[in-house]
Amino acid sequence: MTQLIELRDVTKVFGGGIGKKDVTVALDHMTFTLPQDFPHIVTIAGESGSGKTTLMMLLLGFYEPSAGEVLFEGKNIWKLNKEQTIEFRRSVQAIFQDPFAVYNPFYKVDNLLSIPIKNFKIANSKEEARELMSTALRRVGLRPEETLGRFPHQLSGGQRQRIAVARALILKPKLLIADEPVSMVDASLRAVILRQIKDLNQDLKIPVLYITHDLTTAYHASEYIIVLYRGAVMEAGGVETVIRSPKHPYTQLLVNSIPWPDPNQLWGQAVEAARGIGTRQNLGCRFASRCPHVMDKCLETPPPLYEVDRTHVASCYLFESGSTMADPDIGTLFAKEKMPA
Amino acid sequence: MNNDKPLLEIKDLKTYFYVKAGTVKAVDGVDLSLNSGLKLGLVGESGSGKTTIALSLMRMIKPPGTVEGQIWLDGTELVKLSEEAMREMRLSQLSYMPQGAMNSLNPVARVEAQIMDGMIDHGVPMNKNELKDRVTQLLETVELTAKVGRMYPHELSGGMKRRVCLAIAISLRPKLLIADEPTSALDVVIQRQVMETITALVNDLNLSMILIGHDMGLMAQSVDRLAVMYAGKMFEVGNMRDLFAKPMNPYTRVLIDSLPVLGNRGVFKGIPGTPPSLINRPSGCPFHDRCPERIGAICDEKMPELLEVEPGRWVFCHLYQGA
Repeated sequence: MTQLIELRDVTKVFGGGIGKKDVTVALDHMTFTLPQDFPHIVTIAGESGSGKTTLMMLLLGFYEPSAGEVLFEGKNIWKLNKEQTIEFRRSVQAIFQDPFAVYNPFYKVDNLLSIPIKNFKIANSKEEARELMSTALRRVGLRPEETLGRFPHQLSGGQRQRIAVARALILKPKLLIADEPVSMVDASLRAVILRQIKDLNQDLKIPVLYITHDLTTAYHASEYIIVLYRGAVMEAGGVETVIRSPKHPYTQLLVNSIPWPDPNQLWGQAVEAARGIGTRQNLGCRFASRCPHVMDKCLETPPPLYEVDRTHVASCYLFESGSTMADPDIGTLFAKEKMPA
Repeated sequence: MNNDKPLLEIKDLKTYFYVKAGTVKAVDGVDLSLNSGLKLGLVGESGSGKTTIALSLMRMIKPPGTVEGQIWLDGTELVKLSEEAMREMRLSQLSYMPQGAMNSLNPVARVEAQIMDGMIDHGVPMNKNELKDRVTQLLETVELTAKVGRMYPHELSGGMKRRVCLAIAISLRPKLLIADEPTSALDVVIQRQVMETITALVNDLNLSMILIGHDMGLMAQSVDRLAVMYAGKMFEVGNMRDLFAKPMNPYTRVLIDSLPVLGNRGVFKGIPGTPPSLINRPSGCPFHDRCPERIGAICDEKMPELLEVEPGRWVFCHLYQGA
């Protein structure tokens, strides 16, 4: 079976021009595939600077990888011909963080929906285009007659973000990438928008990559999670196991920092040692300078991904007793959960 | 920590904006009191009037906005105060940490100059060296190194900028600190660190704090009292723990129900509908069209009142008006 999208040992480096020594490795040797038939939501979690947005830009073809390949249906996205590029652009859709920045304030919101219809020649007539727009808007719980013909400033942040979801929907994508889609939306609306993304994922049977730093919404919206830190995978597995019993000290720090809305579940004190900003280091584990369990060997070579159990891996020497992950592809881990042991 | 005399008392605060389309009643008759040494969380959706209350307290509402009602801070009434006297009050008696700290620092001035600015303006009797020492000391209280004083805002991370704003806000030891979404757009780990610094400082200096935000999780972690706003009205006020354990106003109930907690994975409960327009307010309770516990015609026609149903517990709802 061909894979839908595939990152093959991808590295992205910024900086390091002539005369400059400093380079930033935004993503370090990442291998990750999403099979064609995988209607699940996968969270990519991490702090700012963890490489989660770089990953999205690579998948969308906005950045060219410094090393490695990004493949779409088996073909390198940088070597597609014109028709294949159009097909790729239509198939991989994104919802961005800022519901204010994606609109041109001088045009009515119709533009955001009609331009993709025009560019990808989806409708044969104006009426058909209008019908497509209305259906998509109704799908996300907006009334077309109250939405079309308006300017962006007349709509709330939540409504605009839902129009962005509708836009992605019109194109019937094969993969949807959502970069912090609810971080700028009111708490009471977050649940509504996340449920719509989840419904889309179930109805259209498409995988969704949910990029976020908010583990509470990740826990509720997604099935699988990949935790990134400074460009490398720290932990990956089913969202229930990873958030309920995080293994990697970094994930523990993240999970312990979640402000749960429950006065009886206060921020734990367990991670006091893991404070500070951490220094960049070229050798060893990236998290070593902040890690409360740091050992000598952590400073020498970066730990590989060890299997904590069959579908849960952590890049930490604390789990050295487990075997290392045979296939560097994180995607195979998720597929495993579906297969009998 | 507990003190019986209220430090802050707001009585029937009305902040209206007179614009072409009509009168925007951003804050419409709010009562609130806060005892000294306590931390109060002010929550609500965007447009519910949280920030407008903060700006009214600071007397920073500009025309076409007007403020009516009374605001008593430690025996002084702020609404009627002269502009010069209010200027004296700001920073020394009550200070405001604005939303979006990344944009509230001057990009072309060093951090130390920005911290000194307020102190010099308030005529703190210190010479240059003493001021510098004080800046260093303030930076250390917010867990920054003295080196930060010589930096410009663009050299700082988001979390560090929040800490600088906090240092400015406490530089004159005010009695009341108003922090407007001090951790919005920060990562969880940094958010926790900044929030812990703020709470520790407020406790050490025995300040009172109003924490504005819409993240109920953050409130559960940091405040003593909680006030819930909706469409310019105060819907419920009470001790944070009681409010979480037994929310009384239906809006508070759906709000707490909509929060993501550990367990029940994949269950999303939003609040259907949208908040009402603040210009053409519907009659009756502003929440009546979205309320799951609407009693009947009374909700559509008559505005409920904010009544004390239990000691220290105020609820704005017809469900409790008869008792």
